[in-house]
Amino acid sequence: MNNRPDWLAHIILGLGVLLFVLPVWLVFAGSTQDPDAIARGALSPWLDPSGFGVYARVLSRGALGGQPVWHMLAISFAMALAIALGKIAISVTSAYAVVFFRFPFRRAAFWLIFITLMLPIEVRIIPTYAVMADFGLINSFTGLWVPLIASATATLLFRQVFTAIPDALVEAARMDGAGPLRFLRDIALPVSGANIAALFVILFVYGWNQYLWPLLVATDPHLDTIVIGIVKMIGVDSQTDWGAVMATTIIALLPPVIVVVAMQRWFVAGLTEGEK
Amino acid sequence: MDRRTVFSGRLLPHLLLAPQLLLTVFFFYWPAATAVWSSLTAEDAFGQGWIFVGLDNFQDLLTDPLYLQSALRTVVFCVAVSVLAMAVALLLAVFADRVIAGRGLYRTLLIWPYAVAPATSAALFVFVLHPRFGLLGRWLNTHGFDWDYTLNGVQAMGVVIAASAWKQVSYNFIFFLAGLQSIPRAVIEAARMDGAKGWLRFRTITFPLLTPTTVFLLVVNLVYAAFDSFGTIYALTQGGPSKDTETLVIKVFRDGYINHDIGGSSAQSVLLMLAVIAVTAVQFRFMGRRTLS
Repeated sequence: MNNRPDWLAHIILGLGVLLFVLPVWLVFAGSTQDPDAIARGALSPWLDPSGFGVYARVLSRGALGGQPVWHMLAISFAMALAIALGKIAISVTSAYAVVFFRFPFRRAAFWLIFITLMLPIEVRIIPTYAVMADFGLINSFTGLWVPLIASATATLLFRQVFTAIPDALVEAARMDGAGPLRFLRDIALPVSGANIAALFVILFVYGWNQYLWPLLVATDPHLDTIVIGIVKMIGVDSQTDWGAVMATTIIALLPPVIVVVAMQRWFVAGLTEGEK
Repeated sequence: MDRRTVFSGRLLPHLLLAPQLLLTVFFFYWPAATAVWSSLTAEDAFGQGWIFVGLDNFQDLLTDPLYLQSALRTVVFCVAVSVLAMAVALLLAVFADRVIAGRGLYRTLLIWPYAVAPATSAALFVFVLHPRFGLLGRWLNTHGFDWDYTLNGVQAMGVVIAASAWKQVSYNFIFFLAGLQSIPRAVIEAARMDGAKGWLRFRTITFPLLTPTTVFLLVVNLVYAAFDSFGTIYALTQGGPSKDTETLVIKVFRDGYINHDIGGSSAQSVLLMLAVIAVTAVQFRFMGRRTLS
């Protein structure tokens, strides 16, 4: 192989990067510009360094009489964290039960969980809404996250991890008098650290990006997530405060992007090994 | 799935399983069962109660031109999104797999859109493509091209396909790159020694070896396009203009949640469930037990 730069690769990859970065740059630049000019169709691709005040304004006051952006951010953070941690917690315990214990209907319980892989929320919109109403969970924060934390994929992943723990290790722990809960805390959880980190990234992004579910169960504006907030804003046709909408869009995409980039190593390994 | 050494105990494993099982029963099986039951009933003429109507709702659906058009539209949309998102991702992955300066940085810059919400990517596309204030949309209109996706159904379909595919490229890129990296260098080198040039080598060696990744991604992309694109489409066009971007999931939402046609919407849900089960079965057939192992 020679040492000349591979220009073709740089050009193709550069174009790919531009394809992703340009729309975001355009919206970022636009957020700093005069909203009236944008509404007139004079959006410019250049930043206006004097216009960053819009970020403080939307964070504290929001746009169009909607919720302030800090409030929507707080709801999004709380929902994404609750979904990620909740899914991990109940999947760890259920996988642990299936792998480390023998009891009647063990296989049945596993299959009952596994089959839900095939039932995404989008195909059971109305009946799930009806169940939520029966439980009184419409327009409650609990309703935003609890129904989303059952997870076949996470259970499968932890089952795989726990099954790979050598029998000798379990024997040794038992000889030392460690019970099942102690083994879970001291051995099983620490050895799955990298998987938990990877899964956390994937699930945080999943939780943050929810749209259909919050749209269904939370019509109260106080429960608006930032993703819901953006769609409400761009849906107003007589919208004039485009700078505020653009700033909100940038704020909405930053947290999950930061999580993915910061934890890229674990995330990529976890995604391609565990799948989804 | 069996290991030799296990702990004893009856109560503990049940307690550990209980949260997952209870949530699964309440939020998966109960609604799914309700959907099946509602799909077999209809509100009586006086709006007083429910009567069992057998498969009438399904017969209505499958003879309703609007439903069939929506189903066909969904297939076109899903195939277009999957092919576009996978082709771009494969091209980028092939070049990112080469040994070049700065490839770590390129990778980071190509995977972050994974984190962008479908609904948020819709907002980005509005600011690029809106006919009046989007930068590109306005440019098209001032250069003699009649561009308005809020009125032109074909353009609207193009926009929702582009916005949905844009967000999915990163996911496919990650998997294609991992697939390429798992191909033994010796195989590629052997082909090179035999004189197979770039494109020929890719077509006859690399691409066939990527088949498991490609099949897996095809299934994931079809399912993504069918379901997760709800946010993108709803934010961009709400299924319009008229019904030109109304996919099956948008239709279920509109008929059931907005128009309160419980029987018809439940029948649609049941058909969607059957479709997902079919796709998953095909995946297992081709992938063996990869997701289970």
